[in-house]
Amino acid sequence: MTGWRNWGLWLGALIVGTTLLVGMFAPLLAPHDAFAFNLSNRLVPPFWMEGSKPEHFLGTDQLGRDYLSRLIYGARISMLIGVTTVITSAIIGVTLGVIGGFFGGRIDDVVLFAITARLSIPLILVALAVVSLVGSSLTVVVMTLGLLLWERFAVVARVTTMQVRTLDYVAAAWSAGCSRSHILFREVLPNILSPLAVVATLEMALAILLEAALSFLGLGVPPPLPSWGLMIAEGKEYMFFSPWVIMVPGLSLFVLVFGINLLGDGLRDLLRTGRTA
Amino acid sequence: MTAPLIEVRNLTRHFRVRAGMFSDARPVIAVDGVSFAVPAGDVLGVVGESGCGKSTLARIILGLLEPTSGDVLIDGKSLAGLDRRERARLIQPVFQDPYSSLNPRRRVRDVVGMPLMAQDGMSAAAARKRVDEMLARVGLDPVMAERLPAELSGGQRQRVAIARALVLHPRIVVCDEPTSALDVSVQAQILNLLSELRRSFGLTYLFISHNLAVVEHVASEVAVMYLGRIVEQSATQTLFHAPRHPYTKALLASVLTPEPGLGIPETGLGDAMPDPANIPPGCRFHPRCPVAIDRCSREAPTPMHDRRGLVECHLEGAAS
Repeated sequence: MTGWRNWGLWLGALIVGTTLLVGMFAPLLAPHDAFAFNLSNRLVPPFWMEGSKPEHFLGTDQLGRDYLSRLIYGARISMLIGVTTVITSAIIGVTLGVIGGFFGGRIDDVVLFAITARLSIPLILVALAVVSLVGSSLTVVVMTLGLLLWERFAVVARVTTMQVRTLDYVAAAWSAGCSRSHILFREVLPNILSPLAVVATLEMALAILLEAALSFLGLGVPPPLPSWGLMIAEGKEYMFFSPWVIMVPGLSLFVLVFGINLLGDGLRDLLRTGRTA
Repeated sequence: MTAPLIEVRNLTRHFRVRAGMFSDARPVIAVDGVSFAVPAGDVLGVVGESGCGKSTLARIILGLLEPTSGDVLIDGKSLAGLDRRERARLIQPVFQDPYSSLNPRRRVRDVVGMPLMAQDGMSAAAARKRVDEMLARVGLDPVMAERLPAELSGGQRQRVAIARALVLHPRIVVCDEPTSALDVSVQAQILNLLSELRRSFGLTYLFISHNLAVVEHVASEVAVMYLGRIVEQSATQTLFHAPRHPYTKALLASVLTPEPGLGIPETGLGDAMPDPANIPPGCRFHPRCPVAIDRCSREAPTPMHDRRGLVECHLEGAAS
């Protein structure tokens, strides 16, 4: 255990944990209705600027909606997208990767072909095409990203399975007459989880950024849902006179993704030192 | 001589190895027509340098690899038709490296109990009792049962691996270099444990090693492998005191001595490494053989059986 010296892990966990909690309890935490607009109260600056109002801590946007409340609801969307995308893509990628790595031969050729095919698909372009065809909704964004972001899971799961499969404890399980499913689920799978946990953090950061990018392009989460990417998009016209409308969600996005990456790095170090075998 | 418990008949295994995307697959002959028989209660030591096919032989006998041809028989019955679980009740392995032979995510109790769980038809309570007994037999404290492999020393891990191999009360244990990864001080303990368990459980061992001193200590009979074939086989005493095949002689001469002044022993084998993908014509040992004659490079010797055992060499055939 590296303990408290592994500060990155703890800082990352703190950032991600806080965002997760804020997202979960958004209705309780938001000081105002995030959807109620008040045109007489537009573009109120945040607390550090002149002309701020105490009831709007981070000011208001171009429609007079409380920015702090929208930021809190935006955290909910980001975390929702991050978590569900990772779950969907992990299920697809790990299943494919483990099957390919475990059975090898022709089956592995098929898996490898699927990974190569997926890698040659330009991600943003396909996401854009799907969203513009089907129409934008939260479900569509989650499904599109989930169905596109599995390849890193598949690559890592496949290679680690191939490594574990040749180890003597798997040979011992075969010699003991264990069933194939026992070997797959009890001997192989538990031993490839740590690298996959690291992949999960990377994918989560990527999914959150992609959602922001799609929303910024107007093809992600539809308004008036408060996504951080959408907030940046909506604020871009006011950027020169009211820069905080971009700064606040942009910084939040940066801090969250930074935190997730810290968590992933820390996790990797922790699992590496923790595994002596 | 009693009827053999385990008999191997003409076992051969080829691998197809592709050197690159566009080159043809070349066959690698890892095991080439190996036959032997081991009576119940005996220990057959198999020695040879790395790449001679001894581990492939072990994996075929364990059922981890299919033989290209040939058969493994136990009590006269072929293993080929057996269900994996039936085979597991007859043969169990002990592997070389106790750091990779135990699942790092499972507790010692689960590792040792795994073969029992695979057999099903045993209640959890009975299995638990059997595991506890087995741990006591291999000299592990009962508190170890709840530990993870990472919390154990190399010797303790190998004891766990032995307990796992014996928990089903198999008849044959294939020991693939069981002490090579251990400290010298621990090696003797594990060897003594294996000998003691063999006597009390009435086991038959196939003991694979490159360590001649270890084999001399445990084996009742020794087979020397070179490039996939057994070139000499006889009772341990005979083989160590009167080796007949030039390769066996060289192996025995290569054993390091504790005297530092003597340096690395000269084997007369040269620097060429044997390559199972490129087996020489004639006698496969002739390019390295210090006493090779003209005939050796043209004609492969046939195994010669006599009262002292088996040897596969033109010179020995002519001499006797």
